[in-house]
Amino acid sequence: MSVKVMIPTPLRVYAGKRDSAEFSAATVGEALSGLTSQFAELRKHLYTEDGKLRAFVNVYLNDEDIRYLAKENTPTKDGDTISIIPSIAGGSAETPIDF
Amino acid sequence: MATTTQPQTGAKPATSLTNEEILRYSRHLIMPEVGMEGQLKLKNAKVLLIGTGGLGAPLGLYLAAAGVGRLGLVDFDVVDFTNLQRQVTFGTSDVGKFKSEAARERLSNLNPNIQIDAFETKLTSDNALELFKDFDIIVDGTDNFPTRYLVNDACILLGKPNVYGSIFRFEGQATVFGMPEGPCYRCLYPEPPPPGLVPSCAEGGVLGVLPGIVGSIQAMETIKLILGRGESLVGRLLLFDALGMKFRELKLRKNPRCPMCGEHRTINKLIDYYEFCGVRGEEAPGSDVQVPEITPRQLKSRLDRGDDLFILDVREPHEFQICNLKGHLIPLGELPRRVHELDSSREIVAHCRSGKRSAEAVDFLRKAGFRKILNLKGGILAWSDEVDPSVPKY
Repeated sequence: MSVKVMIPTPLRVYAGKRDSAEFSAATVGEALSGLTSQFAELRKHLYTEDGKLRAFVNVYLNDEDIRYLAKENTPTKDGDTISIIPSIAGGSAETPIDF
Repeated sequence: MATTTQPQTGAKPATSLTNEEILRYSRHLIMPEVGMEGQLKLKNAKVLLIGTGGLGAPLGLYLAAAGVGRLGLVDFDVVDFTNLQRQVTFGTSDVGKFKSEAARERLSNLNPNIQIDAFETKLTSDNALELFKDFDIIVDGTDNFPTRYLVNDACILLGKPNVYGSIFRFEGQATVFGMPEGPCYRCLYPEPPPPGLVPSCAEGGVLGVLPGIVGSIQAMETIKLILGRGESLVGRLLLFDALGMKFRELKLRKNPRCPMCGEHRTINKLIDYYEFCGVRGEEAPGSDVQVPEITPRQLKSRLDRGDDLFILDVREPHEFQICNLKGHLIPLGELPRRVHELDSSREIVAHCRSGKRSAEAVDFLRKAGFRKILNLKGGILAWSDEVDPSVPKY
């Protein structure tokens, strides 16, 4: 079963500049684990050290928040899209963080 | 605190339009969805814009043009040259002026029939409730996490809608928070990302049109709320990808356990949002890294003396193209795997644009065993100021 994971702009730098990647996965958790195996640098941005999804990382299966489904155990089917939705604060980009 | 453009709207709601207003708003008036009734709603509406920058520009222009009777503009910043690429309210002659005041002048020229209050102040936990109380709708066009949580919490405490938009490079988000039936910002983002995990400057910048599009979406949502027409973005997060030119939407649910808008509210007053977001003031993450430094003038005199110095530029290739000090380019993110390109027996001076990324690079290289390494204090910006003004600043 092929599932597409959409990688948001702020995280693309840790994912070889890719905007999406496809994985064979039966659950949301499996797809995310495929993603972080392929792009190891992404792991610390998505998971805490004890392996939990970070509270500020929102993961959607199609248009539903997985918090209101079965979280990472939510089953996926062929053709599903998983989106990682980052918090972005920009309104104008006049103070790029860190610049 | 506020500078106000007349006319002041009285306490009584307007019940008619002048002939000039009828002509001005005729393209609204001939639409049944707006009509005289809708235009009077617009005239009696009071909207507060937080931020008059990239998102605030189309917001202010369209809401003023549409005849929103009272607009409040909150911004403490001054117009700078780098703003003109996207903050289309401002002209070149506005550089150096307070944004809220420059925007007030521009918008009152656009529509002298409306009241515009410019608040030259930073929105804080101390003034937010007082500023918000006189307005019906709050529009969030700020550019940082602490203010976004502050705007959210103040809107929930006062029961006011919060028309939200944010942008990053070529991606935007928009929704409406703070409606009784809908979620709030904390339902979507219960916690802010820690400062260390937000994108770095190497990923900064924004396509100038993007805030124009997202701010226009916010303006449309604001007008729909005032008119009570159409389907609002309440409960939906609109995602816009400018490069792919794609709009998507996600369902936003009200979190019954939300500490702000849930059944059992645990946050009953405004808090210290900088502390909540793990940042103090304007301090950027990583800026506290202490490393040995060299000033631009010291570097210049050592280069003139013919000292053997290796210049390491840790910016991105596209920044190198803007201007450079003829250094060896290794972007900060590639340093760990390209460290073999450096000779630890030579003296190295690392630089970036402002000195922050290169401080991280120096810190990293010292931990990797490099001993003769210095950070160029203030980066290319300081080099341009103190040594060679022909090097452009960006």
